[in-house]
Amino acid sequence: MKVIKNLKYSKDHEWVKVEGNKAYIGITDYAQHALGDIVFVELPETDTEISGGDAFAVVESVKAAADVYSPVSGVVLEVNEELLDAPERINEDPYESWIALIELSDPDEVEELMDAVEYEKFCSEED
Amino acid sequence: MKNNPLIFELERPGRKAYSLPDCDVPVSDMATLVPSEYLRKSEPALPEVSEVDVVRHYTNLSRRNHGVDSGFYPLGSCTMKYNPKINEDVSKLPGFTSIHPYQDESLVQGCLEILHHTGNMLKECTGMDAVSLQPAAGAHGELTGLMIIKAYHESRGDKNRNIIIVPDSAHGTNPASAAAAGFSVVEVKSNERGNVDIEALRSLMSDKVAGLMLTNPNTLGLFEEEIEEIAGMVHEAGGLLYYDGANANAIMGISRPGDMGFDVVHLNLHKTFGTPHGGGGPGAGPVGVKEKLAPFLPVPVVEYKDGKYCLDYDRPLSIGRVKSFYGNFSVVLKAYAYIKAIGAKGLKEASEGAVLNANYIMSKLKKHYDLPFDRKCMHEFVLSGRKQAANGVSTLDIAKRLLDFGYHPPTIYFPLIVKEALMIEPTETESRETLDGFIETMIQIAKEAEETPEKVKGAPYKTVVVRLDEAGAARNPVLRWRGKEDDICQ
Repeated sequence: MKVIKNLKYSKDHEWVKVEGNKAYIGITDYAQHALGDIVFVELPETDTEISGGDAFAVVESVKAAADVYSPVSGVVLEVNEELLDAPERINEDPYESWIALIELSDPDEVEELMDAVEYEKFCSEED
Repeated sequence: MKNNPLIFELERPGRKAYSLPDCDVPVSDMATLVPSEYLRKSEPALPEVSEVDVVRHYTNLSRRNHGVDSGFYPLGSCTMKYNPKINEDVSKLPGFTSIHPYQDESLVQGCLEILHHTGNMLKECTGMDAVSLQPAAGAHGELTGLMIIKAYHESRGDKNRNIIIVPDSAHGTNPASAAAAGFSVVEVKSNERGNVDIEALRSLMSDKVAGLMLTNPNTLGLFEEEIEEIAGMVHEAGGLLYYDGANANAIMGISRPGDMGFDVVHLNLHKTFGTPHGGGGPGAGPVGVKEKLAPFLPVPVVEYKDGKYCLDYDRPLSIGRVKSFYGNFSVVLKAYAYIKAIGAKGLKEASEGAVLNANYIMSKLKKHYDLPFDRKCMHEFVLSGRKQAANGVSTLDIAKRLLDFGYHPPTIYFPLIVKEALMIEPTETESRETLDGFIETMIQIAKEAEETPEKVKGAPYKTVVVRLDEAGAARNPVLRWRGKEDDICQ
């Protein structure tokens, strides 16, 4: 399982990449592996306001449909429309396949998330 | 076995399967009868085939079905029990098949009596006070039950209750039905015994809680032992308890949701009460309620007054109609025949047999597969393919390999709280020999997973089509034959 340094991680297996007051959100390698072949992604609409913990996207695999929760609060600035036609990108490269770009309304929330080392430990306890 | 060609691929121009007599009235030009913009410009693209081509094509397709009439079908949480054929005989009696839904009540007293009696028997089975037979399926029953819960709270001026709690092991329909009924869904986690975590549930209680949806036994096939404490807690907070009856096959004649503290129940007649299942229905998901909720049941309700059966529409607090006419009458009739044929004692024996069969398979397989919750199960149990996954063989591979031995695979990857889940429900109608055959096969597959994993990963080999590209099919679906595109689209 691949974990990338300098990203933040949630207990629901989302990653957050912070750039200034914005953050990219996607699902982790652990999550894509657990889901299996992803066949469909439902993206949020831009300008949607979300609170930390809200389900804001859906990924569907041959096994199950899973909500993607936003670990942070803010407004959706941009969504990765490439995933609509190529959901398999999440399986191939989960950390490049961001789902949404969020403008953070409370940057402190990021501090409560796990770092790579903590997340790796969290995943090994899940197994 | 060779794959069947599509019927369109069998066609040869000029072949036909009909022979009409000469027309004996004057023929009018179609263009004088129908405005030209509504007339098609080409002939319909129907396949040109002979009668025997049609008969062989569809007969061969029908022989490729796998149903409970052709083999073992251990699909967990979706009780696929054998449907006794006497139920079919009864439902075909002309007194039932030759009536019309708009016939006067006085002419259909027998049918109304069947509905009334079936309702009474289901009340007895579930410990409820009133019942509606209208919902056409389990999830439809859930929606109906939740609408009743909503109507009840609102009728008392208690309008802020917008939360329905569901366990993390719940059937997917539970949160979906709650959302469809306009509630917010909050999940409660399971504890290490596979039951609802009482303390986690306590922390969710508030005056916003409309109710808790619970399946008992739950989707792990485990009985919620603390159900009385759970019921007390939810009631104290002002919420109601909803019983998802998908697993009622485990408890008939042994325990009743009404006695456990549930306020609303749905039953799946096509699971528990021996009516046909799958193929798109029809099904029936009757809803039973406690006295205080009876005024909210859908209309009409069959009543017995002054020696006659009648349909009561005069129920001002009713949530209204949930189905055209009176529900799926013939399904209810088959369930009536099933209950009458085996009686109260038979229902209890059916549940005992279902539980015994599940425990038998579980105890034989737990040496070979990981059993995450190792305790006595009810009518089904959940294994994990974790051991095999370590060797690169997934639960999907195991399920595919079962096809080679002529079994319908069990439910896989559900419930979501068990990794590589395999949920097995044999039902009561299977003989010891059938169970032993399945056990032997499962043990052989476990052995193959260890010794020749590639063999399991490539399965199935003996089916009409071998391993399918499921991800490819879902990502790039081809939904119809495109061989005659130009003809069809005009």
